[in-house]
Amino acid sequence: MTVKELCEKMALSTVTLPDGDREIHGAYCCDLLSWVMGRAKADDVWITIMSNANIVAVASLADTACILLAEGVELDDNVRSIAEAKGVNVVRSEKPIFELASELSSLLK
Amino acid sequence: MSEPLKFRFDVQGGNFTSAGQASVLVKKNLRQIGLPPEIIRRVSIAMYEGEINMVIHAGGGVAEVLVFEDKVEIVLDDKGPGIPNIELAMKEGFSTAPDNIRSLGFGAGMGLPNMKRYTDSMNIETELGKGTKITMVVNF
Repeated sequence: MTVKELCEKMALSTVTLPDGDREIHGAYCCDLLSWVMGRAKADDVWITIMSNANIVAVASLADTACILLAEGVELDDNVRSIAEAKGVNVVRSEKPIFELASELSSLLK
Repeated sequence: MSEPLKFRFDVQGGNFTSAGQASVLVKKNLRQIGLPPEIIRRVSIAMYEGEINMVIHAGGGVAEVLVFEDKVEIVLDDKGPGIPNIELAMKEGFSTAPDNIRSLGFGAGMGLPNMKRYTDSMNIETELGKGTKITMVVNF
């Protein structure tokens, strides 16, 4: 499943999709950046409520497929531009992390 | 043996907006060289953690990455306060980061443990009031 397909299936809003055809192989939920760096796997969907500029660097370095902002969290225009420039996909949803993870889990089976 | 390829970065202390830039650049450079993705991921994660540590705790410093034929060496050198208890600092979850840093999602106490986890060797030289030098190696 690609990030673009994920957006359609879960009705996620697009924040920026510079690499929408990127394949997804798993998911990881956490808001502590170092924890994510250490444990998220490449090609994971990273579900978080953090929205500062540092999430872009973490997603880029940990090589996650996309950042999924939960709970209706918004991204500043400035951070959105950085994500776009670095080729980091960011999508969002009004739903809480648990609900998103649960839906995603069924889709990934 | 030929000279290693060398990248050098000045890391600014206290600047969280640009924190991680050096690591992202290293990742890009290593990709251009054509190193395997998993090696690049390990190097960039270890370097990012070190870079963030220098931003949070040491008022910045210098990061150097040397690419040899069979390994990447990362050297992080700062003139910060030093690490009083390395054993404690290496414990997952132990953190001395202040609350304002934690609210940004840092300070999980995973910095040094992640650096060790993602590298094949890590050496810490630290002196209180003088600074810290960390050398990490990732073998191919």
